[in-house]
Amino acid sequence: MKEIITQLIKDKFAKIALILLGLMYLALFFADFLAPYTKDFSDRTMAYVPPSKIFTIDENGQLSKPYTYNYTREFNQDTLEMDYKLNRSKKYYLKFFSSGQPYKFLGLIPMKRHFVTVEPDGRLFLLGTDINGRDVFSRLLFGGRISMTIGFLALFVLFPIGLLYGGISGYLGGKVDNIMMRFAEAVMSIPSFYLLIILASILPSGMTSIQRFILIVVILALIGWASFARVVRGMVLSIKNQEFVQAAKSIGQSKLGIIVRHILPQTTSFVIVAMTLSVPSYILSESGLSFLGLGIQQPDASWGNMLKEAQEFTNIIYRPWLLTPGFLIFVAVLAFNLIGDTIRDVLDPKSRVR
Amino acid sequence: MEILKYIFKRILQTIPLLIIVSLISFFIIRLSPVDPLAELRLNPSVSKETLEKESHRLGLDKPIIVQYGKWAKSFIKGDLGITSNGEKVSVKLKERIPNTLLLTVVVIFLTWVVGIPLGILAALEWKTYFDRLLTVLTSIGMAIPSFFFAVLLLIFAVKTGWFPVGGLTSANFTDMGLWAQIKDIVHHLFLPVIVLFTLSLAGLQRQMRANMLDVLDSDYIRFARAKGLSEFKVIYKHALRNAVNPLITLLGFEFAGLLSGAALTEYVFQYPGLGRLILEAVLKSDINLVMASLMMGAIMLIVGNLIADILLIITDPRIRVKS
Repeated sequence: MKEIITQLIKDKFAKIALILLGLMYLALFFADFLAPYTKDFSDRTMAYVPPSKIFTIDENGQLSKPYTYNYTREFNQDTLEMDYKLNRSKKYYLKFFSSGQPYKFLGLIPMKRHFVTVEPDGRLFLLGTDINGRDVFSRLLFGGRISMTIGFLALFVLFPIGLLYGGISGYLGGKVDNIMMRFAEAVMSIPSFYLLIILASILPSGMTSIQRFILIVVILALIGWASFARVVRGMVLSIKNQEFVQAAKSIGQSKLGIIVRHILPQTTSFVIVAMTLSVPSYILSESGLSFLGLGIQQPDASWGNMLKEAQEFTNIIYRPWLLTPGFLIFVAVLAFNLIGDTIRDVLDPKSRVR
Repeated sequence: MEILKYIFKRILQTIPLLIIVSLISFFIIRLSPVDPLAELRLNPSVSKETLEKESHRLGLDKPIIVQYGKWAKSFIKGDLGITSNGEKVSVKLKERIPNTLLLTVVVIFLTWVVGIPLGILAALEWKTYFDRLLTVLTSIGMAIPSFFFAVLLLIFAVKTGWFPVGGLTSANFTDMGLWAQIKDIVHHLFLPVIVLFTLSLAGLQRQMRANMLDVLDSDYIRFARAKGLSEFKVIYKHALRNAVNPLITLLGFEFAGLLSGAALTEYVFQYPGLGRLILEAVLKSDINLVMASLMMGAIMLIVGNLIADILLIITDPRIRVKS
């Protein structure tokens, strides 16, 4: 374990990846504070506004406190499009660490301070707005909370199931093992994404967002447990004939006790590695599911469902800021993969990923 | 003869697997609170008799295990029921499955043709700049969400106008000559293939590189070199064959990954494949169609694994001895 950490810090790529992920999670933790607006803030008159321009040099060429202008929307009769123009008549200065929309920090502590807000009536949309006039930058932060944690949560559901299933199957052996493994293979034979969308589609529609979030976690876990259980079973087969297991048997330990207390702890290092390696695939699954509209639902944000708007041609061509969640998914997955590569290198020098 | 026997045994093993798969899918779908005939009931073009026939065929009034029995019986006979539009499910599937197969087979072919040489090269040039560059590129390829990449390529297609957006064929496809038709399909396939290719190339190249490094380190290669064989012969005659074998096992997994990846890609590119079909069916809660395409996906996957296994028996004599 120590070796993994030293290697992670020594490796150039892995170090960058670790720092990047650290910053990301820090930002997500303080999302309420960093976001200029709350998750549900929407200004219907301000749909699809481009990112706010921030000026530090005023019209006379003098250095000034940072300020921004609001956009005005106008329908252009000739091109039949909405035109967005800066309304240069009124300046709005940015305010740091001042009070803005009230929120509950981590859902508990009521607070008002935001890292950056703008004077009253001004609008600060660092990355533009979406169809409902919601601030994309703020929603990226709140959506990231869901997208970046759902993978870990799914793993925490999946690993106990996989461990126990693989453990029982491997330890008991014989017919039980045969039946249990056929079942696991059958689950693996269904293309995972097909299974994913079907499971997601049978969720009843009238759920609260928290219920839905939990069920999505469970569904993601249901997809991955089988292949994990198979590997665990293989490891258990090689462990179960060792002396300490026989010792436990001779003092009358129950079968389940032997599996849980003596055999499964031996697989810890594998479990940790498997966890790091599979986080990115869960991030991708969730975003894919939400992208299709079957995962996290509006008004909740996740990076996948924010990208749903990128399905329209006009959006992706005229409103490129709506694509930002995609880049964040990319960066997060890349960082997790780089860390996973390094860990694999340490544990299995023969793999030589790099 | 031995080989044939083994292959036969392997084929027989897939039957219980298929039964369990169908049981799982059936129960999952029946778990849903949706009325399987709701869409049909609302469709005015579907007559009352069809409705009753369908309800009887599904055995909706009977316990679930009987329903399963009925379903399995008609499935084996090839009767998959009708979609909510009143079309035959089997017709719909026949139209879509070849498209998905075409897409995945082209992608697998390309990844092997490109990925294996790149893997060998990277192993031979181990730790050089070329190797590093490839590792960086494959890392990037593995990290792009397929649907996001597809969306980016769509922007590219729309902006340049070089590629058609969506579908598999142009509107005037039937009027074209054979060559023009082939050209048209290639043109439409290009972007979806690029997305899936990038997705699966990275894994294959890395695996090949790792295998090759492993093999190059082994005693028999050292012996072959010591014997004075040319480097070309050492690599392509001795090392390559052993390094490729594990990849054949991977072929089955690759196929599985592609089927899943293809669903999203097909959706973005409006490609008429199985993945998009099942998605549309799910959104419309068209039970017959969902069940049938789920089974077809599973069958394709199982057959893919089967083919990989059989190939492995043919290329790797060690497995024959073991069995």
